[in-house]
Amino acid sequence: MKLGQIVGDFLRGLGEATLFLFTMIAALPAALLRPRLVIQQLYMIGMLSLIIIAISGSFIGMVLALQGYRTLAQFGAASALGVVVAFGVIRELGPVVTALLFAGRAGSSLAAEIGLMKATDQLSGMEMMAVDPIKRVIAPRFLAGIIAMPLLASIFSLMAIGVAGGHLVGVVALGVDDGSYWSQIHSGLHPHDIFESLIKSLVFGVAVSWIALYQGYHAAPNSEGVSRATTSTVVVSSLVVLALDFVLTAFMFR
Amino acid sequence: MQSRTLEILVGFFVCLGVAAIFLLTFRVASLDTVGTGSNNYRITAKFDTIGGLAIGASVRMAGVKIGRVKGISIDPTSFQAVTTLEIDGRQSNIPEDSTAKILTSGLLGEQYVGLEPGGDDKTLRNGDEIKFTQSAFVLENLIGQFLTSMTQKDNNQGSSQPQNAAQPAPTPAPKSK
Repeated sequence: MKLGQIVGDFLRGLGEATLFLFTMIAALPAALLRPRLVIQQLYMIGMLSLIIIAISGSFIGMVLALQGYRTLAQFGAASALGVVVAFGVIRELGPVVTALLFAGRAGSSLAAEIGLMKATDQLSGMEMMAVDPIKRVIAPRFLAGIIAMPLLASIFSLMAIGVAGGHLVGVVALGVDDGSYWSQIHSGLHPHDIFESLIKSLVFGVAVSWIALYQGYHAAPNSEGVSRATTSTVVVSSLVVLALDFVLTAFMFR
Repeated sequence: MQSRTLEILVGFFVCLGVAAIFLLTFRVASLDTVGTGSNNYRITAKFDTIGGLAIGASVRMAGVKIGRVKGISIDPTSFQAVTTLEIDGRQSNIPEDSTAKILTSGLLGEQYVGLEPGGDDKTLRNGDEIKFTQSAFVLENLIGQFLTSMTQKDNNQGSSQPQNAAQPAPTPAPKSK
C-alpha cells in the first residue's frame, strides 16, 4: 500500500467519524423521546459493567495503598496514605482505568452488536421500513454510554478509596489510623477535584462510545469486518483515552 | 428479560452511581466543615510573608478549625500580604487584640492560620483587621541566619577547630590537645 493511500484512508476515516459524531448528536433529542431504549442500553452498558468496575476499583485501591505505604513509611508519613490513594484515584486512575475497562467491556460489545446488525442487513431493513437506524439504534446507545461512564467512574473511585480498596489494605491490614486516613483526604481534596474527575470521565464516555459506534456502523459487512471493528474499537479508544487524559490533565490541574 | 426487572436494575445502577458521586463530594472531599452560614464574618490580617499559605487553608484556634482563608492579595503601599479570613459565625467573640500566626501542621504538613486569643473586651467584627501577626516560617531564611551566625562564630574563634574534613584545611595545622 502506498503512503499516499494510507494517509488518504486515515483522513477519510477521521472525516467520516466526525460527520458521524454530528449525526449522532443531532439524533440525541430523538433518543430522549424514547427513554425505554436508553434504559435498555443503560442496563447493557452500565449495569452489566458494574461488577468488573467495582472489583477492579477495589484491587487498584488495594495495590495503591500497598505501594504507597512502603514509600511513605520510609519517611514516617504513613498517615498520609489516604490522600495519596485518593489523589491517584480521583485525578487519574478512576476515570482512566474505568474508561479502559469500559472500552473493553462495553465498547467492544457495542461495536460487535452494531457490526453484526449491519452484516445481517438489519440496519438496511430498518431503513427500508423508514426507520432511521441512527435514531433508533445508535443514538440511545450513545446517550447511555455518556450517562453510564461518569457513574461507573464514581463507583470505581469510591470502591478504590473507601469501601474495599485503600481503606481495607491501609487501615484494616497495615494499621494506618482510621481517623488520619480520612482527615488527610478531607484536608487534601476539594470538591473541585471530584468535579474535574467527573468531567474527565464524561469526556472519556463520549470518546469511547463514539469510537465503538463508529467502528460498528462502518464495519465491513462480513465476519472479518465485525472482528476487525471490535479489535480496533478497543485499540483506538484505549489510545484516545490516554491521549485525552494527558490533554485534560494539562488543562485542569495546573 | 421482563421490562420491569430491567428498569429496576437500571434504576439501581443509576442510584448507586449518583450515591457514589455524592459520597465522593461530601464524604471524601467534605464541603466546608465551616459551613456557609449567613453569620460568617470576614476579617483581614497582614503578614510580611505568607510562605506557602493557599486560599482555602484553614483558620484554627487552639487547633480547632473555625474558618478558612478566603482571599490573598498584596497591599500596594506596604507590599505586605493581605489575607482575608472567613470565620464561622459561632465564634463571634474573638478578642480584638488576638494574634494571627501562620503555622505548619507537622514538619511537612500544610500551612494554616492560627489565632491566639488576646484579652481585650472588644471583639472582632466583620471587616476588622488583626493588628498582631506573625509571618510564616521560611526555612531558607532560617538556614541563611544559621549559616551567617556560624560564619561569624567561626571568624570570632579564628577557625580554632578545623576538624571538618570537607573544608580546606586552613594554614595553621591542627594542634593536638
